[in-house]
Amino acid sequence: MKIFVCVKPVPDTAAKIKVGGGASIDPAGVKFVLGPYDSRAASKAIALRDAAGDGSEVVAVAAGNPNKGESEARKRIKDVLALGADRGILIPDESYENRDPLAVAKALAAAIKNEGEFDLVFTGRQAVDDQAFSVGPMLATLLGVPCVTDVVGLEVDGKTATVKRAAEGRVEVLSVNLPCVITAQRDLAEEQYPKLKEILKANKKKIDTFSFEWPAPAYRVTELSPPPEPAAGKIVGEGPDAVPELVRLLREEAKALSF
Amino acid sequence: MASKILVVAEFRGGKFKKGALECVAEAARLKNSMGGGEVTALVIGGAAAKQAAASLGKQGADRVLCACADWLEHFNGDAYGRIAVAAAKAEAPSVLFISATLDGKDLAPRIAAALDVGYAPDVTKLVADGEKLTLTRPLYAGKAYATVVLETSPQVVSIRPNAVPLAESEGGDAPVSDFAVDFGPDDLASKVSSVEAAKSEKADLTEAEIIVSGGRGLKGPENFQLLEELADVLGATVGASRAVVDAGWRPHSDQVGQTGKTVSPNLYFAIGISGAIQHLAGMSTSKTIVAINKDPEAPIFKVADYGIVGDLFEVVPRLTEELKKAKAG
Repeated sequence: MKIFVCVKPVPDTAAKIKVGGGASIDPAGVKFVLGPYDSRAASKAIALRDAAGDGSEVVAVAAGNPNKGESEARKRIKDVLALGADRGILIPDESYENRDPLAVAKALAAAIKNEGEFDLVFTGRQAVDDQAFSVGPMLATLLGVPCVTDVVGLEVDGKTATVKRAAEGRVEVLSVNLPCVITAQRDLAEEQYPKLKEILKANKKKIDTFSFEWPAPAYRVTELSPPPEPAAGKIVGEGPDAVPELVRLLREEAKALSF
Repeated sequence: MASKILVVAEFRGGKFKKGALECVAEAARLKNSMGGGEVTALVIGGAAAKQAAASLGKQGADRVLCACADWLEHFNGDAYGRIAVAAAKAEAPSVLFISATLDGKDLAPRIAAALDVGYAPDVTKLVADGEKLTLTRPLYAGKAYATVVLETSPQVVSIRPNAVPLAESEGGDAPVSDFAVDFGPDDLASKVSSVEAAKSEKADLTEAEIIVSGGRGLKGPENFQLLEELADVLGATVGASRAVVDAGWRPHSDQVGQTGKTVSPNLYFAIGISGAIQHLAGMSTSKTIVAINKDPEAPIFKVADYGIVGDLFEVVPRLTEELKKAKAG
């Protein structure tokens, strides 16, 4: 089985995001990590490879700054290699920030097509920075294969996958022909942590470069601004005795109750 | 300039999603601001969707295209995506709206990729200059706001539920015509084999008007009963903080925050939630926020419109009781 895992470096969700003017965040002091959904996708991919046995491989793919040693994209590929993936592909992109998701999907599609046949492609359901939820379904469309989003369960039997999708208010079970694209929801796999032995091995694994001519963006961020300052709140009071006043304010001032 | 706007309107659980109605209403406002044009809604679904299709006229649809068949009753991204793409090609709109529900966020990128055009997801504000839209969308779960433009046409946009209003006054029904689907279930590489409804009858968190969320202050999963009772009086949906979900007290589907759901209800109760940045990111766009916490220094009070400092085990039952009284008049 040949499995691709597409990953993206994202700021840690506990990070304070500073908007430094222009269309980008101020990266100073922001710790970048493997996206939480990407990491579940990687864990699932590796487990499937192990179950499938000989001749199977997991390839981690990321687009980003190509600079050796300081590239976040290269580090995130290494994260996946340390979890047990076999090799990586880095798609160099000098101006990665705010890259149009469609352009990213095109780059990933080109890199994957260049590898020939495949069975599964994983992405996280969303990146926690630009939270576009876009690259997975776009990638599937460009590859001409089916896509299931928000996947919480996946079993592969030969050339068919049984996939559980956590939709709003319901869980769907789908039967999907491989190859296909899966976007991982958190419950798809347990969080895995790299073992020391695998981290050491990861340094010796190969990361190839796939060059891509980036198209002009169809989606463009013109400005990033900080969120509006919340108006200073009001402490209504202390303890249960403050409740009647709260109810009055919710009814009369905020008009937030329909009764 | 006459402009064509296509809205892919989601019909689920026997009715149109509120987000779908909001998208139609927004499309109608946009049409008027552009000095005329046509709002076409595309409905994909089974017999019930077909029956309800004309009602989209009430929110301002000029006509409705119906791709309805029994086998299309359940959402399937591959099938729905293919139909939406075919409709977008046939209609050649300058703008395409879809509600940013999970299904909408599944479909929109497929449509954009198939048409080779840009897509702005989960937009909370739209400004039109002629046909050109300037869009606002929260990034980093609301820690930053991006101003976005799309350089291609149609401009594919998903609109966050509750971000734009419904029509101020309702119109009449719209004419419905069938939209021919040139493939069948056997032509697809994916099939929905079963759909299991989630237990709750409540509105989904992302669409709920009122949310009652609990955090670590609840001390244990059994105490969420207090919040359920409060939610029942309010007709609210219960949410949870990440700490509570990580502890296994509530399912992940209840989680509000950066790695959970981003919500903007009319009224949000944060109960026993300190207000980690991760949580604030997911709910700070709520219209009115109420915080109940015993720690007066809790960061949640900085974003709350109204706060009560106190023991939630005393405050919440009293609140439930007072609201019951108020409701009874």
